[in-house]
Amino acid sequence: MQWGSLTEFLAMGGYGLYVWTSFGATALCLVGEVLAVWRRHVAALAQTRAVSSGGD
Amino acid sequence: MGINWFKYSSPQAFYPLAGKMIPWFAGAALGLMGVGLYLGFFVAPTDFQQGEAYRIIFVHVPAAWMSMFLYVLMALWAGLGLGLNARPSFMMTQAIAPTGAMFTFLALLTGAMWGKPTWGAWWVWDARLTSELILLFQYIGLILLRASIDDLRRADRASAVFALVGVVNVPIIYFSVKWWNTLHQGASVSMTASPKMATTMVTAMLVMTLGFWMYSIAVTLARMRCVIVERARQPSWGTPAPVQDGAEVRECSGGV
Repeated sequence: MQWGSLTEFLAMGGYGLYVWTSFGATALCLVGEVLAVWRRHVAALAQTRAVSSGGD
Repeated sequence: MGINWFKYSSPQAFYPLAGKMIPWFAGAALGLMGVGLYLGFFVAPTDFQQGEAYRIIFVHVPAAWMSMFLYVLMALWAGLGLGLNARPSFMMTQAIAPTGAMFTFLALLTGAMWGKPTWGAWWVWDARLTSELILLFQYIGLILLRASIDDLRRADRASAVFALVGVVNVPIIYFSVKWWNTLHQGASVSMTASPKMATTMVTAMLVMTLGFWMYSIAVTLARMRCVIVERARQPSWGTPAPVQDGAEVRECSGGV
């Protein structure tokens, strides 16, 4: 391990902005996609229920 | 064993099965990504040329690999759907596309984050970068094409043809660094030669790739379930609403 302190770790040898933007954006996209799919599933089920109860 | 595997190809049977599989793939994804990040940040040494900026490759390379691999997989399902006229295959194509688009976007974004400190430019019109950008447009085009056709069968077939034709871009992306004199570096890891990187770096990259793989499977299965429910109420489907909320929970309680 090459990090002496947390600040050193966050600085990433001066490339902190680029490194953490990359990893942060990746994390946001993955979490965002999971949430989007989850909401889509909930919405799809809700609409199916509405159709089957409100319809014939 | 009396398992009839063909029954799982029907959406009604696939839905609860996918529901049971998702937690396992999601768990594997979390575990692998955790190990991959640990290896990437705490075990892999500093690169003597690029300093710490090189650590971006631990998301960049796996995302780029997934963007190409998911496209090929999607095109395979599209071809299968066209050949066998199999609706579940078209549904797989539909379920994979958004995840592929997301990984393509991430490959481009993290590439820019790596390019700025290393090359001094966010973007260059180099063959590798340009063909990967075209891949993003292909994914977006595919999603928009499907959304623009109301008739489900036509939407399935049109997007399958679109996906199949576009697969020609994947070898172009992959071999672009060989065929043309690109600013983008050649492959660090390939099937034919030993890796040109430290073993810990390669391991971290491969573990992250496996993690992205498991993530992709989990999220594609979850989206497949959405598509099944959405299509169940389409008039062209036939039987209305075969899938009920919580059905998979009851089946799970039996245990296997």
